Amino acid sequence: MGHGGGGAMSAELVEHLFLPGYGAAGAGELGDCAVVEAGGVRLAFSTDSFVVRPMFFPGGSIGDLAVNGTVNDLAMSGATPLYLSAAFILQEGTALADIGRIAAAMGAAASAAGVRLVTGDTKVVDRRSGDGVYVNTAGVGMLAPGVDIAPRRATAGDAVLVSGDLGVHGVAVLSCREGVEFGTGVSSDTAPLHGLVAAMLATGADVHVLRDPTRGGVAASLNEIARAAGVGVELGERDLPVPPAVADACSLLGLDPLQVANEGKLLAFVPPDSADAVLDAMRAHPLGAGARRIGTCVPDHPGMVVARTALGGTRVVTMPIGEQLPRIC
Amino acid sequence: PDPGRSGSRVRRRFTVSGLVQGVGFRPFAYVTAEALGLAGSVANTAGGVVAEVEGDPEAVREYGRRLRAQAPPLAVVTGVHETDLPVRGQAGFAIAASDGGGAARTLAAPDIAVCADCLREMRDPADRRYRHPFIGCTNCGPRFTIITGLPYDRPATTMAAFPMCAACRAEYQDPRNRRFHAQPIACPDCGPVVSLVDAAGTPVRGDPVRSARAMLAAGRIVAVKGLGGYHLACDARNDTAVALLRRRKRRGDKPFAVMVADLDAARSLTTVGDGDAELLAGFRRPIVLLPRRAGGTIAPQVAPDAPDLGVMLPYTPLHVLLLGLPGDPPGPDALVMTSGNVAGETLVTDDAEALTRLAALADAWLRHDRVIRVPCDDSVSRHVAGAELPVRRSRGYAPLPLALPFEVPPMLAVGADLKNTCAVAGGRYAWVSQHLGDMDDLSTLDALTRAVAHLQLLTGVRPRTLVADRHPEYRSGQWAARHADGRPVLRVQHHHAHIAAVMAEHGLGRDERVIGVAFDGTGYGPDQTVWGGEVLVAGYRSYRRAAHLGHVPLAGGDASVRRPYRMALAHLRAAGLAWDPALPAVAACPPAERALLDRQFGSGWGCVPTSSMGRLFDAVSSLSGVRHTAGYEAEAAMVLEGSARAAWPAPGAPYRFALPPGAAPVVADPTPVVRAVVADIRRGVPPPVVAARFHAAVAVLIADLADRCREQTGLGTVALGGGVFQNALLIEAAQRALRDRGFTVLRPRLLPPNDGGIALGQLMVGACSA
Ligand SMILES: [Fe+3]
Ligand SMILES: [Mg+2]
Ligand SMILES: [Zn+2]
Ligand SMILES: [Zn+2]
Repeated sequence: MGHGGGGAMSAELVEHLFLPGYGAAGAGELGDCAVVEAGGVRLAFSTDSFVVRPMFFPGGSIGDLAVNGTVNDLAMSGATPLYLSAAFILQEGTALADIGRIAAAMGAAASAAGVRLVTGDTKVVDRRSGDGVYVNTAGVGMLAPGVDIAPRRATAGDAVLVSGDLGVHGVAVLSCREGVEFGTGVSSDTAPLHGLVAAMLATGADVHVLRDPTRGGVAASLNEIARAAGVGVELGERDLPVPPAVADACSLLGLDPLQVANEGKLLAFVPPDSADAVLDAMRAHPLGAGARRIGTCVPDHPGMVVARTALGGTRVVTMPIGEQLPRIC
Repeated sequence: PDPGRSGSRVRRRFTVSGLVQGVGFRPFAYVTAEALGLAGSVANTAGGVVAEVEGDPEAVREYGRRLRAQAPPLAVVTGVHETDLPVRGQAGFAIAASDGGGAARTLAAPDIAVCADCLREMRDPADRRYRHPFIGCTNCGPRFTIITGLPYDRPATTMAAFPMCAACRAEYQDPRNRRFHAQPIACPDCGPVVSLVDAAGTPVRGDPVRSARAMLAAGRIVAVKGLGGYHLACDARNDTAVALLRRRKRRGDKPFAVMVADLDAARSLTTVGDGDAELLAGFRRPIVLLPRRAGGTIAPQVAPDAPDLGVMLPYTPLHVLLLGLPGDPPGPDALVMTSGNVAGETLVTDDAEALTRLAALADAWLRHDRVIRVPCDDSVSRHVAGAELPVRRSRGYAPLPLALPFEVPPMLAVGADLKNTCAVAGGRYAWVSQHLGDMDDLSTLDALTRAVAHLQLLTGVRPRTLVADRHPEYRSGQWAARHADGRPVLRVQHHHAHIAAVMAEHGLGRDERVIGVAFDGTGYGPDQTVWGGEVLVAGYRSYRRAAHLGHVPLAGGDASVRRPYRMALAHLRAAGLAWDPALPAVAACPPAERALLDRQFGSGWGCVPTSSMGRLFDAVSSLSGVRHTAGYEAEAAMVLEGSARAAWPAPGAPYRFALPPGAAPVVADPTPVVRAVVADIRRGVPPPVVAARFHAAVAVLIADLADRCREQTGLGTVALGGGVFQNALLIEAAQRALRDRGFTVLRPRLLPPNDGGIALGQLMVGACSA
């Protein structure tokens, strides 16, 4: 079911199965990325598995996601990503050419991101146990002294920024999978974001939270941040950068663009007085050209995300569950 | 020796519980005592009205009888407890001050439409309340929306801000006066004041009501402060004005209600039966859905394509003045009265908020300085086959309690996500809130928070358990989780709650079971599919899914609810029929969407199987070319019903669902119905005939499925619940078909069949499973 959808059900698994199982050996919330100390050095450490279907889609492949996904999880703690591992689970009979394409994509993505693939593993499962290729990557990065970027730091008054158009990756994958073209030029936005983060931090702003809104989209990310920090988030629906092709696709599919995955975008919570400086720095970077402010962190309705509609209403943006279920009775 | 006797005299205490405050019960107790020559006293307490009388034993016995049998019209006496006391030798009868203490609960009254006696005075130039917009008495006026605490007394209302003048105080203190302890009592010298202001809040020159009428006559839109909130009003005969209001409110084609002066005016627009007339003119005064009369001169924009017109009569003195008294300059005699809110948000009650939130909607604000404590929308109701069939239970009804068939622990049920009402219960009562609206909006969630607090204040119930729907995405369920505060949150299946609500209304006991037919739009099924065409063999404690409609894929969640042509395509495909663009439903679906649906139905991506009957109505509405999209809830089904009425009773044999023998659960296959609809449409059979045959088919299906359940279980009682039964034609036909086969039929009459009634069912199931 929806336990992998990045929404409420994944959180439930962590809370009710994983954390109790790990007991004293576990730590914290098992978030996207951990900050650990080793030999007096602060390291960011993250792992992620990639199961996307189809494996190749406009703008990228499972290989690009596997590298950029982990690079971005590290970057969202403010770290400079350094080394990645790559583990493959292959279904018996998968075309060797496909595996080669994925490996090449990973190499190219790693070079582009300036990280090195330093260790790996490969397992083969029988034909009935899966379809194609699954990839897991883990990564470590270095944290500069004093950098503290985490969901719990979201503060009422913070400006909520996004680095560009929303929903592009999810719609690109869907259009490919469902065999329907949703307009020209919808291709995945997958990209490594640590360069953009570095540019933002270079302004000297005290960036409170960074998050790449992947599975579950902006809705999942903001709900998680709101709950972690005990604050509310208020978005302006008219301020959301949703390209027409994404809006059309969402309307046809009955999706909320806020729940659609992104692979090369970030959300930032920054103090209001540094919002303009950070936005300027983002816009000066090629991956942040479309950056804009989409909302504000508020003291009201803690743990909840709302969107002001064009009609003047205040729509509640909920944590997506795995499935689109109708509520109209 | 009897302590209550002393010679020929006895003294007895009567504790009267129920809805006995704010309804003239103490003056009644007083006048009755005087008539019987009894001495004693009467007081309001938090536990009810307590009367102590002493005198002749026979007269005291008679007193008890009259307390039960002759209570004032608005009172609901639920119990009279008698205790004998030692005789004191008291003389005379006194009305004692209210006693704020006490643990037991009293019941708060709903808001009551202005009564005939008050209207007579308001029209009488010699009366000191001539044309007074706040005239009222113990038999009428605001209650629920002005109460700030209990016991119900002037200081515990928003009228506390208006000190009574000497004349009003004299009436208020005179037990023989109709206004004895009428808490909202007022007059032109001491009461609230009406004003007409512009968008800046600046008063408009001249008499406010007269100026407002002139503006309405000129085609303007006026925000009017009523009992439970603001309305937006315009001349219902002025097409341009109605279209303007529709555009400003971004209302789509959703019907507006119309207010007219009296029953005769209602009859000129609609067909008014006896039951309808009682509803229209009764003290609850809901909007009544009535079949439109051909040639009525109401603007077509008021309710485009809707089979019924929602009509209400004025229920506040201000409304009466707005429609004009004899001799007033001519003005609109039919007003659109739609709730003063922005689409999706809650009703505006606050004057400052009205100026800002309705700034883009109204041209002027007719308001007054009596504060509205809680918002309360107009109720919507109708009369079908011998009984009321509520559509929205709110003003005039809330917070009247519902008597329960057995004791329940203190609980709170949060209802469903659309047309939400919540309810608290404790002991033998449940209190269902006023209509709160759709839970998508933060303001509605806040309204839920406030309504829960207000209900607790009025009832004294402190819920120890919360109950919510099983749907993981319901905002109401998430609200319950956030507000649980350590209390358990029980989850109840949507259709089980629908059936339990009907059972409770009809007083069924803890261990009784029924054949529950729950037909609605959608509800979360425990099997990860979307239910909505269900027959449940159900008691409060548990249910078994005995039958359901065959599944079709529902693609893209609510997208397929808003676009019925998508359901038509799903049903065509399930029936093995090609998507022929010659069919109106197929033509209505843009080619790109058609291609996408084709892929989705093939791959199953974004599709949830649904057994919804409401969606089948949508599909047939689109297949027969009647309606392809739904701008408001159930639009396609409502327009289909309207179409069917034109050809009712259905000519020829009804379509037939296929019922395979012996399966459990029985899956009713709509394939032959869909095929017959398509064949008829291709043959050029008029859509109303198709619609009528379809309605007849669903009624027969209900009876057939009930028969199957009776064979298995021996049960002979069928409960009908779910929003599909808002369809007057269907509920009447289903009732007849079931009775013809010897079933006892339970249908909703106190609460709406739709999700507005579901909170009661949640309470009952919760109480039996806790
Ligand atoms: Fe329902
Ligand atoms: Mg990740
Ligand atoms: Zn009256
Ligand atoms: Zn007065």
